[in-house]
Amino acid sequence: MQSELSGGFTQAPQQAAQAFRACLEAMARPGQVQAIRGAAPPAPLSPAAGAVLLTLVDQAVTLHLAPSHDTPAIRAWVAFHCGAQLVDAEQADFALGTWAALGPIERFAIGTPDYPDRSATLIVEMAAFGAANARLSGPGIASVQEADLPAIPAIQQNHAQFPLGLDFLLCSGAQVFGLPRSTKVEAL
Amino acid sequence: MYVATKGGERAIEAAHAWLAEERRGDPAVPELSLAQIREQMALAVNRVMAEGSLFDPDLAALAIKQARGDLIEAIFLIRAYRTTLPRFGASLPIATEDMAITRRVSATFKDIPGGQILGPTFDYTHRLLDFKLAAEGAPVPTAACKPADANPAPHILALLDRDELMEPLEHSDATPPDLTREPLEMPAERALRLQALTRGDEGFVLSMAYSTQRGYGRTHAFVGELRIGRCAVEMDIPELGFSVEIGEVELSECETVNQFTGSKTEPPQFTRGYGLVFGQNERKAISMSLVDRALRWQELGEDDTGAPAQDAEFVLYHCDNIQATGFLEHIKLPHYVDFQSELELIRRLRRDAKAPQQEAAQ
Amino acid sequence: MSDQAYNFAYLDEATKRMIRRAILKGLAVPGYQVPFASREMPMPYGWGTGGVQVTAACLTPEDTLKVIDQGADDTTNAVSIRTFFERTAGVATTTQTAQASVIQTRHRIPEEPLRAGQILVYQVPIPEPLRFLEPRESETRKMHALEEYGLMHVKLYEDIARHGEISTAYAYPVRVEGRYVMDPSPIPKFDNPKLGNCPAIQLFGAGREQRIYALPPYCDVVSLDFEDHPFTPSKADHDCDLCGCATSYLDEVITDDQGGRMFVCSDTDFCETRRDAGHRGRLSPEETA
Repeated sequence: MQSELSGGFTQAPQQAAQAFRACLEAMARPGQVQAIRGAAPPAPLSPAAGAVLLTLVDQAVTLHLAPSHDTPAIRAWVAFHCGAQLVDAEQADFALGTWAALGPIERFAIGTPDYPDRSATLIVEMAAFGAANARLSGPGIASVQEADLPAIPAIQQNHAQFPLGLDFLLCSGAQVFGLPRSTKVEAL
Repeated sequence: MYVATKGGERAIEAAHAWLAEERRGDPAVPELSLAQIREQMALAVNRVMAEGSLFDPDLAALAIKQARGDLIEAIFLIRAYRTTLPRFGASLPIATEDMAITRRVSATFKDIPGGQILGPTFDYTHRLLDFKLAAEGAPVPTAACKPADANPAPHILALLDRDELMEPLEHSDATPPDLTREPLEMPAERALRLQALTRGDEGFVLSMAYSTQRGYGRTHAFVGELRIGRCAVEMDIPELGFSVEIGEVELSECETVNQFTGSKTEPPQFTRGYGLVFGQNERKAISMSLVDRALRWQELGEDDTGAPAQDAEFVLYHCDNIQATGFLEHIKLPHYVDFQSELELIRRLRRDAKAPQQEAAQ
Repeated sequence: MSDQAYNFAYLDEATKRMIRRAILKGLAVPGYQVPFASREMPMPYGWGTGGVQVTAACLTPEDTLKVIDQGADDTTNAVSIRTFFERTAGVATTTQTAQASVIQTRHRIPEEPLRAGQILVYQVPIPEPLRFLEPRESETRKMHALEEYGLMHVKLYEDIARHGEISTAYAYPVRVEGRYVMDPSPIPKFDNPKLGNCPAIQLFGAGREQRIYALPPYCDVVSLDFEDHPFTPSKADHDCDLCGCATSYLDEVITDDQGGRMFVCSDTDFCETRRDAGHRGRLSPEETA
């Protein structure tokens, strides 16, 4: 029986560390898909996005739930396991939803020239990682890496603002890949 | 024959064992109890609590014992312990006007409502070594008692406030920033500056304050009031719907009245400096008030004279003795690698510098 | 066995989350120093509190940890930090670079090339490369924001004018991805070329200064120089007297008071591995077998 009390890490310190390493590899190696485990959140939240939330989101940060994921079950689960304050897109440190529901992404904080780290991280739910539609290059990529991105021009515009910009963790099932603002994207 | 040094682990173990032995000292001398430190080294305990940012006299006494009386080391032990403590909530602001006073002096008024109380102070002791203390077993000293004054003892600055001679105090219910939970960021608001000063090194804050008195950012300070005593700490308990007293803390509070002839933005008036420290620690409380006032030059429209005590970035980044002593002492750790790279550089530069001279000589 | 009185890897989970968020932002903006609420650790500032916090936030029970100071596993502070994590995280430890998944270091990059799957955590004393040119954080932050690095180039150029070369031998500044000027921590400039295009993740922790920064793998890292005065990594002009290696960074060891000295690899694991493989140097003991 799924309740808001279940689906968290059962061994938080160890599982959070493992999930973080998946996030770390994801953000360090853009486009490379990583396995991430430990969470069993209520649908439509994927296990991957659930684990990301448990690993990075807590009372010290704000979270925006896009309409695709703004359900009573997810609100209750997030309230119990993360305790993050739910806010509008403009105030969010983290945001969760499908690409369509999160947009327009221009609403999110991209940091300031003094503090480019004060930018939102978007946790993007994807139905599946399909055939690659983009070629990635930049820090973290030896030569090139291909990936299936939910949008291309918007992500190119995000990169153009470097060192400001948003960072993305794209989730599907129990997998995640990262797309930091530093990654250059070309359509295939 | 050189053999790569092994045995760092054994060296550390041996050092710790030796340290423990030295800490105990001559076993023929009775061991110090925590109660003895707490009761008879109370001002050391107070300093450790103030700069350790943790009010717990027993733990401070333990830290002093463990640190062999090195107070900065003791403060470090308390800080490292403090960071591991879970936080259940925040207390309500304490009401220092309701303090159970043991000492209260005003340098600005001869007679004050609630009275001046000299209290347990060194102020008028003649600093003559008391050799009688060297002999143990002296009779327990007792002081005459009188019933506590039932009259209220309002803050002296509040009285000046009524005459509108003081700069108005801005009240705020905003949650103050927490230096121990957020990285220090400039410019720092006053609440953050005060937080840094109250846990700042006593010697550093004292010297900064002293420098303002000698003209490096002069603030024309009078001790409007210095009060020491115990205050109740209350906490809101959401489940109960009201606040309950969870304990009390001893505090030293200093409010300075500073002459101020006005600036481009502010009228002539008296301005304030504020100091609040755990325990009886009036040197620190007064120092803190002077430095606080000096750091307020910008909001009062005063000139930046370039004095160190006016420079918030300088004061706040250097007042913490745990940061300072760590970084200072770390230069005794191995730096073979860096030094080797410097050796090569200096040798090369010397060789290059000599070469033209030799050429010229030929 | 880990110490049950403390959480896995010592830090509480909220603190680890805070550090983890800072690390990810650091990876997203390579070379930019992310402020973080460094905690007071049970070891002094200057002893690697930043590196220890970053390592604590990264360690999983499956990791194998290596800790080096000055390239050596057996320097006292390396021993102390390794013991700390054995106690608080119960992780396996090693002295072999190839066996380690997480390596915490002070002042060196191991000689053996790092690989994907490894994390190198640097202890950093002063993370701000501009600090000795401009002591104010408020000013240096602006300089990074405006990409205003003229002051640094002026300083380096003055060096060349005075000494004929850049007189920085360690903590030699680098430019990351053509954007941020970064302090690589006090590694000898010999190690600078290993910073770029590295398959491993490199994380930098400065506890007292409350900053974390990062280099993702295969990052573009350039040591600052001038066209007419290109950067040159340098080392003592000797071979290792124990393993004979001609390309490793060397410690100079004084052997007597008559000017006698010898040169040995600063990376002790590297040197031992070579000796085990039969390599010999000038002062290697005679084979007794």
